[in-house]
Order: sequence, then C-alpha cells, then structure tokens
Amino acid sequence: MGEYLLEVKGLSVSFCQYEKGWKRSRIQVIRELTVSVRTGEMVAVVGASGSGKSLLAHGIMGVLPYNASVSGEIRYQGEILTEKKIRQLRGKEIVLVPQSVSYLDPLMKVGKQVENGKKGRTGQCREALGRYGLGPETEQLYPFQLSGGMTRRVLISTAVIEKPKLVIADEPTPGLHLEAARRVLGHFREMADEGAGVLLITHDLELALQTADRVVVLYGGMTVEEADREAFQQEETLFHPYSRALYRAMPEHGFSFVPGSQPYVKEMPEGCPYQTRCREVKESCRKFVPLRKTERGSVRCVLWGGEESR
Amino acid sequence: MAAERGIWIGKQLFRMMVLLGAVTVAVFALLSVSPIDPLTANVGQTALGSMSPEQVEKLREYWGTDQPALSRFLAWAGDFIRGDMGTSLLYRRPVKEIIWERFLNSVWLMGSAWVLSGVIGFGLGILAGRKQGGVADRLVTGYCMLIASTPAFWIAMILLLIFAVHLQWLPIGLAVPIGVAAEQVTAADRISHMVLPAAALSLTGISNIAMHTRQKMAEVMESDYVLFARARGETERSIIWRHGIRNVALPALTLQFASISEIFGGSVLVEQVFSYPGLGQTAVTAGLGSDVPLLMGVTVITAAIVFGGNAVANILYGLVDPRMKNRRKKS
Ligand SMILES: Nc1ncnc2c1ncn2[C@@H]1O[C@H](COP(=O)(O)OP(=O)(O)OP(=O)(O)O)[C@@H](O)[C@H]1O
Ligand SMILES: [Mg+2]
Repeated sequence: MGEYLLEVKGLSVSFCQYEKGWKRSRIQVIRELTVSVRTGEMVAVVGASGSGKSLLAHGIMGVLPYNASVSGEIRYQGEILTEKKIRQLRGKEIVLVPQSVSYLDPLMKVGKQVENGKKGRTGQCREALGRYGLGPETEQLYPFQLSGGMTRRVLISTAVIEKPKLVIADEPTPGLHLEAARRVLGHFREMADEGAGVLLITHDLELALQTADRVVVLYGGMTVEEADREAFQQEETLFHPYSRALYRAMPEHGFSFVPGSQPYVKEMPEGCPYQTRCREVKESCRKFVPLRKTERGSVRCVLWGGEESR
Repeated sequence: MAAERGIWIGKQLFRMMVLLGAVTVAVFALLSVSPIDPLTANVGQTALGSMSPEQVEKLREYWGTDQPALSRFLAWAGDFIRGDMGTSLLYRRPVKEIIWERFLNSVWLMGSAWVLSGVIGFGLGILAGRKQGGVADRLVTGYCMLIASTPAFWIAMILLLIFAVHLQWLPIGLAVPIGVAAEQVTAADRISHMVLPAAALSLTGISNIAMHTRQKMAEVMESDYVLFARARGETERSIIWRHGIRNVALPALTLQFASISEIFGGSVLVEQVFSYPGLGQTAVTAGLGSDVPLLMGVTVITAAIVFGGNAVANILYGLVDPRMKNRRKKS
C-alpha cells in the first residue's frame, strides 16, 4: 500500500441556523471524523442516512454552504488542503461522484455536462459513457429524461472522464442492479489498482466489503471504528457495538436489528453518539472517547482500552 | 405533433377571445353606472341651463344617454364585430384613427421602457442573486424596495422637476414640440420627448423583474448542480454563465411578457404627468369624458396586448423548456 493521499483528522462541521425569529444556533453535524486513504487504496465509509457522509465529501471538496463552518485537519499528499489548493485540484486531481440527479443541471444536455465545458472532449465523453453501456444518443438527453440507473452512470462518467488521483464517490450504486453495481465498483477498484485513491461512501456494508480494502464506520457524524476488510469477516475482530450491530444486520449473518435510531443532529448526546442504543453503555460513554488503536484499525469505545491512535 | 400544437394555440386564442368579451362587458357595465353625466361633463352645467329642451334632447341623443345601456352595448358590439369601432364623441374622428395614432406614440414609449426595464432588471437580479447578502445584493434590494414603495407618477414628477424644470435638458411634456408643423418634427424631437416618460416607466418596471430574477438566481446558486459545478472546478464566472443564466432566463422571460400589463398600468399615470398623448392618456380622457366608443376601443386594444403578452409567456414556456416540451408530448 502506498503513501497517505488523503488524511482527514478530527474533522467537525457545524451549521449556523436561525430558529424562530432571530435566535441563532449552531448545530454540529460532524465531529471527530477521521478517515484516511492511501494511494492504490479503496476505503469505504459506511454509515446510516444522516450520519454526515455527504457532508464529509463536500467538506473535502470545499463546497459546503456558506453557513457551514469546518474545523479539523484535511491533508492531501501530506500537505494541508487549503481552500486555495482544493480550488486548483478539484475537478482535475480530486473528483466527486455526487449522490443524485439533482447534481446535474436540469437544462443542460448530458453530453455537455460530462464534457464540462471543455472543448474537444467529445471522444472522451463518448468513451466514458460507453464504458457504462450508454450509447451516443444519451449525450442528447436532458437529466429528467434519464432513468435512475442511467443517471448513476452519467454521474460516474463525469468522474472517469478526468484522470483523477483521488475519487470521492458518494453512494454511487443505488438504482443499479447488482450486476451493474458490481461492475461500477469494479471500475473504481481498477482505478485504485492503477494507483488512485478511492473514498467510497455507502450505506451498504456488504457491497463495500466486496471491493474495499478498509472500512470506516460512521455514526452520528463521528468515526466509531475503522478496520481492514478481514476484520469484518467475524464479529470478534470488530470492537465497537455499532460495527458489530452492522455486521449482524448483514443478510448472511441473520439480518438482526438493533431497536432505536440514530439521534437527530440537534439531540446528539455528548460523548459516544451510540450510547442511546448501546446495551453495554457505561457512565464513561457520556464523555469524550478517544480513538484507540486495535489490531486491524482503530475504535472509539470505552470497552477497548488500547493505546490512543495517532 | 404539429396538429397538437395547432390545437393548443387555438385553445389559447379562444380563451383570449372569451376574456376580451368579458372585459368589454365589464367596462360597459361600469360606464353605465358611472356617476359622471356626459352632458354636464362635456357641455357644462351653465351651457346646458341656457339651452332649449330640443337642443338638450339632441345632445342626449349624441351622447347616447337616451337609450338603455344594453341596447347601446349590443349596437356597439355589432359594429365592432363588423370592424367598425365607431366615432369618438370627443374628437369627432373615427376611433380607429385616434387609437392608431396614440398607439404609435405609446408603442415607442412603452416598448423602450419594457425592453430597458427587462434588460437592466435581469442584469441587476443576476448580480444581486449571485451572492445573497453581498454589497451588490444589498444595493439592488434597497433600490427595489424604495421603488416598489414609490408610485410611478411621483417618480415621473421628480424626473420632470429635475431634468425638465431645473436643468431644462429635456422638454416638459407632449410627444412633439409645440407650434411645429407635423412634417418638420424630427426623430430627435420625438426621442427627446420620450426620454423622461420612458425613464420613469423603466425605473419602476426594473424592481419587479430584478427582485424576481434575484430570487431565482439565489435558488440556483444554492442548488446541488451549482455545488457540483464548483466541485468540478468551474469558476464562479463560468457557473453564472453556464448554469445561472441558463436556468434563470426562462422564468425571467416569462415574467417579462406577463408584466406588459404593469407597464400599461404605469403608463396611464406617467403619460398623464407628461401630457404624453399615448394610449394611457387617451383612456383617462375618454373615461372622464364618457367617450364610450373611444374608451371601448382603447380597452379592447390594451386588453388584447396584455393577453397577448401572457399568451406569449405561456407559449414560450411550452416551446423552450425541454421539460414542458416532453410533458406535452406525453399527454
Ligand atoms: N445545509 C445544512 N444545514 C443544516 N443541516 C444540514 C445541512 N446539510 C445537511 N445537514 C444535516 O447534516 C446531517 C448529515 O447530512 P448528510 O447529507 O451528510 O447525510 P448522509 O450521511 O449523506 O445521508 P444519506 O445517506 O441520506 O445521503 C443530516 O442530519 C442533515 O440534516
Ligand atoms: Mg448523502
């Protein structure tokens, strides 16, 4: 495995909001989020809806809304990824595969959008679309004329038409049937094998485990565990109760389901975000829990008393 | 496809006819209950008093007050359908002639105000909506608020005071210089008489289109597709041109056609202030003087233009927006 390409350490994102009248409040949607991607590596970020996956992607790309404030550290190739730097790199070295059709301009034809306004890329555009089974006629369609699966392929084409070093793919597979989803992930795998880094955002742990090298588990905007693929083969090599719950929820492990749901961002408790559902909850879960090294990664849980990670 | 479009346009035309019919009825009804007595208004109380009953009777016949409103309306409508708009009671000339003359005056005035307010309003709206809360936004919003709370005739009077009375750069009123033979009036004369009323109309017209464009532009700038464009390395400038204007132009153009009625409404007051002999002023004169044929003529023409504008707005949406085009194809 190569050098660190992307390192996100202790990232937090909060939004400034006006509630009833003029009361200003700050809601914290991401805190203590830690993820890294090495060259040639495919890392999956797994988390439930609303756990802050898209915001992580937008935060790295520097496209969060104006009312968002970000703290923590984002490094690219070892250097702090400043606003100026990401402006130069995005769309070229670092690309985003966005989550849904709303990220396409509703009044612009697909071909033009894939080419992204750069002349002389008709051939590349056709090739990129063709790679995912979309013929040249797709270039003349408007986004509203695409099916869910076609949209997905078009969004992916916008990334592969560039020659990126880092791909951030926000849920690239929903809407695709299993075969197509595997093929798409296979392409990302190829890009990683050719030396790029891939950050795959998904809520589907099973699919992630088929191609990713490492998996980062998010809960309530926080990294709760990070481990390599092998660690996810058995429950015993996972340490956070939430990762274990995810493991048990996979079809081949019995579909078992933990009652309750992820707290809404405004009701997020101090300390471990999983404390409201955890069966092994302790008093110390209510305070900040550091990320600690495990055999195959790191975990943020009071049940694990290893050395603090980095 | 062509047949469908034909049917659709036919429907629009039919709707317009029905609406026009309704408007003429409404105007006639309003006129017949108007408290203004055409005789006292146009001949004068004293003059009437000194006339013999036979003379008064003749006048009554001339102004049509001796007949019930309904039969007068039917007579008017019958003539109108045959293409005869009647004779103006005040000017004693064919209504068609008067309207055509006034229409030509108005077309240039309103047309230029319409285009100016559209183009400038759109530009200001884009500038303001590009970055909400920015300096440009605050200036434009401030201007629009100020203008929206100021009546058009008041702005017209201020302009008149500054540029015609104080600075004396531009003529005070009318469409042509006084005491100059019609053949000797130059285009420059006409333009210089039009500048102030057109400016007054545009200044007020801008705020509507600018605020609407600003709102749309702000929505676009917060949209997911602009976020993605940024993530793909597009510059703000390219985003405004490639995505902003593309997505804002159509609603703005539609609003622009639908806003013809506002320009007309404003022109009634503004033409009055500048004594500019256009359709708006003619409507006021005809209304106050109970000149039924003239007022009906002006009403029909004005309503037709306004409805026409709205119809163009609808048609534009249907023809230009790819999403609408497809919807019609399906249905
Ligand atoms: N502009 C915003 N202002 C306030 N809160 C926001 C904003 N954008 C997102 N959030 C909140 O941040 C949280 C995380 O959102 P995010 O879109 O990252 O979730 P996600 O993990 O991508 O979910 P999904 O799987 O549904 O895409 C959500 O609770 C959402 O309500
Ligand atoms: Mg998301």
